[in-house]
Amino acid sequence: MNDQSITVRGKDRYKSGVMEYKRMGYWEPSYQPKDTDVIALFRVTPQDGVDPTEACAAVAGESSTATWTVVWTDRLTAAEKYRAKCYRVEPVPSSPGSYFAYIAYDLDLFEAGSIANLTASIIGNVFGFKPLKALRLEDMRLPVAYVKTFQGPATGIVVERERLDKFGRPLLGATVKPKLGLSGRNYGRVVYEALKGGLDFTKDDENINSQPFMHWRERFLYCMEAVNKAQAATGEMKGTYLNVTAATMEDMYERAEFAKQLGSCIVMIDLVIGYTAIQSMAKWARKNDMILHLHRAGHSTYTRQRSHGVSFRVIAKWMRLAGVDHIHAGTVVGKLEGDPNTTRGYYDICREDFNPMRLEHGVFFDQPWASLNKMMPVASGGIHAGQMHQLLDLLGEDVVLQFGGGTIGHPRGIAAGATANRVALEAMILARNEGRDYVHEGPEILARAAQSCTPLREALEVWKDVTFNYESTDTPDFVPTVTAAV
Amino acid sequence: MRVTQGCFSFLPDLTDEQITAQVQYCLDKGWAVNIEFTDDPHPRNTYWEMWGLPMFDLRDAAGIMRELADCRKIYGDRYIRISGFDSSHGWESLRISFIVNRPQHEPGFRLDRQETVGRNLRYATHAYATERPEGERYSS
Repeated sequence: MNDQSITVRGKDRYKSGVMEYKRMGYWEPSYQPKDTDVIALFRVTPQDGVDPTEACAAVAGESSTATWTVVWTDRLTAAEKYRAKCYRVEPVPSSPGSYFAYIAYDLDLFEAGSIANLTASIIGNVFGFKPLKALRLEDMRLPVAYVKTFQGPATGIVVERERLDKFGRPLLGATVKPKLGLSGRNYGRVVYEALKGGLDFTKDDENINSQPFMHWRERFLYCMEAVNKAQAATGEMKGTYLNVTAATMEDMYERAEFAKQLGSCIVMIDLVIGYTAIQSMAKWARKNDMILHLHRAGHSTYTRQRSHGVSFRVIAKWMRLAGVDHIHAGTVVGKLEGDPNTTRGYYDICREDFNPMRLEHGVFFDQPWASLNKMMPVASGGIHAGQMHQLLDLLGEDVVLQFGGGTIGHPRGIAAGATANRVALEAMILARNEGRDYVHEGPEILARAAQSCTPLREALEVWKDVTFNYESTDTPDFVPTVTAAV
Repeated sequence: MRVTQGCFSFLPDLTDEQITAQVQYCLDKGWAVNIEFTDDPHPRNTYWEMWGLPMFDLRDAAGIMRELADCRKIYGDRYIRISGFDSSHGWESLRISFIVNRPQHEPGFRLDRQETVGRNLRYATHAYATERPEGERYSS
């Protein structure tokens, strides 16, 4: 399939009319990507009867300089440099009719430090292109030269830990429930109980903004009373993610300023506000010593199906560039989509300074991060204290574990639920550091810790049979034994 | 009250045997172990007093436990914490921190509220332990 270049050269290339993309210079099988090129990997599913190489060349064309017909104005530019080049096409393993297309883009095609500009090219027009049945952006290699034009996470994992004075264990959080309907006064009660009981953070849910039952200022005021009170009760830094998501940038800045004025150490935004707004808030957060939490609201509309959309690993890369400090990245064992290997890939993208290609984790490229700050992944949705050993094993130490229902649903109240989670976590870290086989001895370690902690005993009893074993829809295409050269 | 800073404050106080195991974990990772103490556990009190320099070259948990014992002899009525410092590129900070000694009585904190504009409050966390001037806090 990776045959010779059939690019038409010279003046024939610019004869008026329609020419196949693969003959216009968008298919260059001998092209060697430069270190400064942006590389995108697409999963291309052509319509029946469409030549796969032509379909992949079309993706390269439509995401860079091409239009449907030859235009003479190409000759006013360094057109060969600006053409994205599909340099490799291969069938997707065990997925007939779909092809991986590797496409290289010259760095000059993109504006420095702009996710909006990057995405306008890479996922702009091309996803609606008629000759394709479906198209998915699987992964991207972002060159150091481009990475360095982005601010990156406003705070980063290390500085977040230093500010909070919390080292050596995952952070613990909970989302306030019910997610809608509480008044500010009642909402703050949940925050206080959870923080005093032992959590580090509480969190607004994605759709808590400013509704008839609770104006945002009420929420902020009562939440900060709760945070400060819990901090004094425990002598430990506490925080609550105040969701500043709003209709306009002006509204978001106003809310963020108020959070800062009240002494909050963290604010949050939703992915649905858009890339530009996210980058603006990241700059604001850096300028105002604020940790910035991102709730990935809406991502499943385009990340979940393997055939079409954008993989979450790409979203994670964009968000690390854009500059958020926290990002929800899956739990594996909880209630939301998450294959263990794919999720591992996301976590590595958030936390490592260099990601080696690991096809079994869905990571298709070596990705250097050039000392860009690290992003704290957040595990949230259907997790509880009884899974602590699995969570620590699968997700590691630099993660926020968020037990919403698993805190607030405790039979003896919110503070008891928080204490159960904290004791379970500390007992597991202690055992891990002592060199115990905590993954297999997990239930035993928890049972032993529960002997001196009634809330943990009750939590283990209530949720002992809760698991979410459904098949994942987004799994890697390669099994661990496969290796492939890029 | 019980100050819940550090990795293991929700567990019963660690025994020396348990502390030794955690110190050994730090040493096995190649981290430098520090001992620090304070009488002011305010959550924003970052700089506790150092019991000597971080032990960059000490590779033996027993040696660190002897240092801890010496520190306790003098400052047994204060908070003492052990931390492990990782100098690897990209981290260059603590990897773990946990309390290994507490005063017998932990007086805790008062939350001061100053009413300001509108419904806003300015909060201050006041450590009762620091109420007396520093020169008068200790018998020695």
